[in-house]
Amino acid sequence: MSVIVNELRASYAFIERNVNIVKRYWAWELVWLVYTVANSLSISFIGVGAGQVSGGSGIDSQYLVLYLAIGTIVWRYLSVIFYWVTDVVGLERWEGTIEYTLMAPITRFMHMLGQTAFAVLYSLVHTGVVLVVTVLFFDLTMANANLFGFLVLLIAGSLSFIGISIVGSILPLLFPERGSQMTHLIIAGLLLVSGVYYPVSVLPGWLQVFSYLSPATYVLDGARLALLEGAPTLSLWPFIWPLLVMGALSIPAGLQAFHWAERYAKRTGKLHRNG
Amino acid sequence: MNNPAIAVQVENVVKRFGEQAGGWLGPKRPAAKIAVDRVSLQIRRGEIFGVLGPNGSGKSTLIRLIATLLLPDDGQIGVFGHDVVREARQVQTLINRVSVEASFFKKLSPMENLLYGARLYGVPADLARRRVVEILQRLGLEERAIYSPMEEMSRGMQQKVAIARAFLSQPILLLLDEPTTGLDPRSKREVQAFVRELRDNHDATILLTTHDMSEAEALCDRIAIIDGGRIVALDTPAALKQRLPRNGHAPTLEDVFLELTGKPLTADDEA
Ligand SMILES: Nc1ncnc2c1ncn2[C@@H]1O[C@H](COP(=O)(O)OP(=O)(O)OP(=O)(O)O)[C@@H](O)[C@H]1O
Ligand SMILES: [Mg+2]
Repeated sequence: MSVIVNELRASYAFIERNVNIVKRYWAWELVWLVYTVANSLSISFIGVGAGQVSGGSGIDSQYLVLYLAIGTIVWRYLSVIFYWVTDVVGLERWEGTIEYTLMAPITRFMHMLGQTAFAVLYSLVHTGVVLVVTVLFFDLTMANANLFGFLVLLIAGSLSFIGISIVGSILPLLFPERGSQMTHLIIAGLLLVSGVYYPVSVLPGWLQVFSYLSPATYVLDGARLALLEGAPTLSLWPFIWPLLVMGALSIPAGLQAFHWAERYAKRTGKLHRNG
Repeated sequence: MNNPAIAVQVENVVKRFGEQAGGWLGPKRPAAKIAVDRVSLQIRRGEIFGVLGPNGSGKSTLIRLIATLLLPDDGQIGVFGHDVVREARQVQTLINRVSVEASFFKKLSPMENLLYGARLYGVPADLARRRVVEILQRLGLEERAIYSPMEEMSRGMQQKVAIARAFLSQPILLLLDEPTTGLDPRSKREVQAFVRELRDNHDATILLTTHDMSEAEALCDRIAIIDGGRIVALDTPAALKQRLPRNGHAPTLEDVFLELTGKPLTADDEA
């Protein structure tokens, strides 16, 4: 029992630490938030301008704005989780504390649990701001939207994204110099194939194969049905179960991969760079 | 290996670094660098054990091997009877470490950094907060500094915070890798007194590396001198000095160090 309490305490250490870091870098956080909001708004404006650009025939710009806004918001939510979780090693390598954290008597599961819980909380706040600004800016009506179904999809999507992120987080363990940058490759690939701003059916066939493997595809397709068409939650099941399956597979796989990577780093001396 | 009087048991430990390319097909090429070369030693419970050696002789590597941060290529290490590879978690609950470079979240304050460290070891937050103030003041840090970002502190002050972090989890084995490097003479003394106090009043065993010979002599019960990853001598400071033939003057520990690490040594020099 006390073991579990100790482990949960250790897990909370990561949440508290990250909150403290965010507080100390508040100016940077503000810049980041403004950047994100501007970015999201500019994408949604494509929907407003699409009619003019294409000659103005029969485009439902209200629908298109919402279509794009859902893309930016879902993507923001998932990618922010991805960045915080993959940074679990990178952040500490940058500060030089990684050896201290990895020699503490905690399981990697509790370690990741803390980092992940923080990532989800942070992402919810971040995405919430983007959502509110977007709704106010474009006067979006969500009268017949199924918000509950949308939420269920986001939660299910977080699970599988967490798994992918844990896998990504081993890169900085394997490649001390460039590992953090390599994680950008994963997120860029997911952005391309997941149909964030367009239906995946416009992609060349060979790329569409990958879109089936990306959890974001299911979250986005489901979210659009829930928010644009008001599809009832039960009818979203075909999008939810693949997410749950991917989560159930990728989280243990991620933890196992992390375990191997940690052993590799301890065998080859990749945890420290000097001293 | 389960003798309660033995804190650390190192047996024939080898650690190499470098490319292990060619391992797929054919015989493995020998690794580029051997950092720890068949080291064996025992540290007794309650002992302050010093490791001296030139730069790059393998002191920090040895400490990392004991701290579960590196996996040995060969040999075995036990900490209070627990194997550092197979029972890493148990070992981790018993130890803590101070490294040469004080590694912290630089934007966070000592309090925030230490609270994080304490939680990792399951220390309750209110207890940790109290102890942080206690230890840091004991080490001569101003109260104000405890709540300001680490980046505003001098190296010596940061080093004291690092020592506090290691002590916060109340380890029974403390691994101190050059804990006083970069400290002014007074701070050095404060830290040395603290180390002694830990051993005398808190039942801690201490493994310490240093480049300060007088510190080693003043603090350590026994000293191992290593060179090129191998132990070239292991004894009490007094006995080490006895080894050097006197020609007129009494040898210092530094004389012994220079003598033993200055030229290629023969195997029979080993203790
Ligand atoms: N992670 C690593 N990767 C590659 N080589 C390493 C690594 N860590 C240590 N070494 C090498 O192993 C040898 C021993 O290094 P170590 O840091 O243990 O020496 P040290 O005795 O602590 O030296 P110093 O007194 O300078 O701190 C050195 O040749 C060093 O270059
Ligand atoms: Mg060293």
